[in-house]
Amino acid sequence: MTQPVDTIGREAVAIDMIGVHKWFGEFHVLRDINLRIMRGERAVVCGPSGSGKSTLIRCVNRLEEHQRGRIIVNGTELTANLRHIERVRQDVGMVFQQFNLFPHLTVLENCTLAPMQVRGTSHRHAEEIAMHFLNRVRIPEQANKYPSQLSGGQQQRVAIARALCMNPKIMLFDEPTSALDPEMIKEVLDAMVQLAKDGMTMIVVSHEMGFAREVADQMVFMDGGQIVETNTPKQFFESPQHERTKLFLSQILR
Amino acid sequence: MNGAGRSFVLTAAAPVEAPPPAYGTAISRFAASLFATPMNFALTVLSVGMILLIVPPFLNFMIFDATWHGTSRADCLPNAGACWPFIKAKFGQLVYGFYPIDERWRPNLAFALGAALLTPLLIPSAPFKWLNSILFFGVYPVIAFVLLTGGNLDLRNFLLGRLIDWQALAGFGLALGLRWTFWLDFIVSSAALTLIVLIGAILLGASLRTALVSCVTLFASLGAVLLAVDLDFGLRSVETGAWGGFLVTMVVAVTGIVVSLPLGILLALGRRSTLPVVRFLSIVFIEFWRGVPVITVLFFATYMLPLFLPTGVNFDTLLRALVGVALFSAAYMAEVVRGGLQAIPRGQYEAASALGLGYWRTMSTVILPQALALVVPGIVNNFIGLFKDTTLVLIVAIFDLLGQLRASFSDPNWATPVTLYTGFAFAGIVYFVCCFSMSRYALFVERRVNVAGRR
Repeated sequence: MTQPVDTIGREAVAIDMIGVHKWFGEFHVLRDINLRIMRGERAVVCGPSGSGKSTLIRCVNRLEEHQRGRIIVNGTELTANLRHIERVRQDVGMVFQQFNLFPHLTVLENCTLAPMQVRGTSHRHAEEIAMHFLNRVRIPEQANKYPSQLSGGQQQRVAIARALCMNPKIMLFDEPTSALDPEMIKEVLDAMVQLAKDGMTMIVVSHEMGFAREVADQMVFMDGGQIVETNTPKQFFESPQHERTKLFLSQILR
Repeated sequence: MNGAGRSFVLTAAAPVEAPPPAYGTAISRFAASLFATPMNFALTVLSVGMILLIVPPFLNFMIFDATWHGTSRADCLPNAGACWPFIKAKFGQLVYGFYPIDERWRPNLAFALGAALLTPLLIPSAPFKWLNSILFFGVYPVIAFVLLTGGNLDLRNFLLGRLIDWQALAGFGLALGLRWTFWLDFIVSSAALTLIVLIGAILLGASLRTALVSCVTLFASLGAVLLAVDLDFGLRSVETGAWGGFLVTMVVAVTGIVVSLPLGILLALGRRSTLPVVRFLSIVFIEFWRGVPVITVLFFATYMLPLFLPTGVNFDTLLRALVGVALFSAAYMAEVVRGGLQAIPRGQYEAASALGLGYWRTMSTVILPQALALVVPGIVNNFIGLFKDTTLVLIVAIFDLLGQLRASFSDPNWATPVTLYTGFAFAGIVYFVCCFSMSRYALFVERRVNVAGRR
């Protein structure tokens, strides 16, 4: 299950997707996806609405199941084996467009829940970790509030801290700023830039092209369930190879 | 500023002001709400008329014309109001049924113990919630069972005992109310079952330690419960046939409530399971019990079940009614809980999964706390309905409060024109006090779980 896919050392590969297909009913939402993310690499996925970006990253921690092809995360292949899925999910943090904080728990409890329940961390240690990451996203003073008492930007930063508390090796961001008011986007992007500078492996689905330019190592452009183009940010923005990419960029970069 | 002058920019910050005072005095506002329109006026008059029509006669019957002291019907006959001495004379019977008089300290102790354990459980600020819950839900039922029945069940066969004649093998008998052959059987059977589970765990590649720990915990607690009901504490055995009155009402209601909620939660989860077999069985169970009236269930459990069971196997009548009521209300509870589960957005499940929480942890720490908080009114509605439905055990010859009351009407010593009304008034008050307190407590819980930060 975990043998290296080819000659590249498997230690260096964080995520490997090989010939991945997925259908929603009759709809072929992912078509022959081949994507390799190295450790410490930051990939930004963009593309028009409905192109399969979210489905792609949701396959990485198996919130969605792929029907053909292979996905290997941190050397563990995602199959129906629940133990493998659990192992992958413990190593992969995720931040959602709608934050998905637990509304019945305080900010601190949101952050300590998974480490205590899944990793068996002691209550005190879990709180120390949580406060450390709440400090990193610069909202330690909100620790004892409930999510609904926070602004959208603050909630999203809590969501980032919550994911980091599990000490993940990979972070997935599914349009983390799309549900935010414009004035709150920056505070969330700042937290993400900080994370990128610390060397976290990240896949970010986003249309924040400024962010992409600043941190991405690899741009992935999707359309119609396929990866149309992957490139370095410089080449992607300055000399896109594909017609579809050019059209897309011309529409979002006004 | 040119133009019409309608819109302009404030040159200084607008001051923060207090809200305007309410219009008029309290009395004038009250009057306005009662007599504002002819329709309001008519409704007000009608309501006042109805109150005048109902409340004074009610108070007269219950209080002013009532007989308060006396020893027989002769004292009640002259008065038109309630005959409260009747209730006083029959009180013991109404509370305990035909429970032997010199043993009534046992239900009293059970009531007191229940109240002592339940009260701190209901007060949110009281400490030791976990210990308290274990005591109330785990230990208390066993103690209450031993107290009320007398315990000392004559346990003969556990599992293997049906296949192997331990008596012949070991050759020793009774001591302390325990039958050693049963306990030998229990230990050997549990060890064998544990072994089977461990082998299963090895084959499936599951954690050996978890399997061992859960097996030992399960059999140890089962053993403790069995030991408690098997030991001879020197209590006289009281058949459930002798129980009655409020005691039976409480036993049926509390058992129903305590069993139906966890069972209902499991059924609701089962109905939403992705495993087809689990989902199918849950649906069958729920729809079966919802499709049958509770009276049918009780009749079936009491009169028809014995026909299907092998001869010699015989359950207590009250126990059968208890199981019937518990399963029946569990099916209803399941649908209430399912309503709550469906209101939880998918993102909550996804966030929990993405954090690596497994199914049971996701349910117990993320989904159920939110879902149950949403359906507190529905759950309590079921509890109250269940509490009042307990009176249906009457039809299978179990005398609850109402049954005991009706039995006491036939006492010629208390035959007066008002006996019947007095009795039902008393029953009404008891049921109202119980149901109303549940309803008020539910309101309190609802406010509390909704207090901080819901969306």
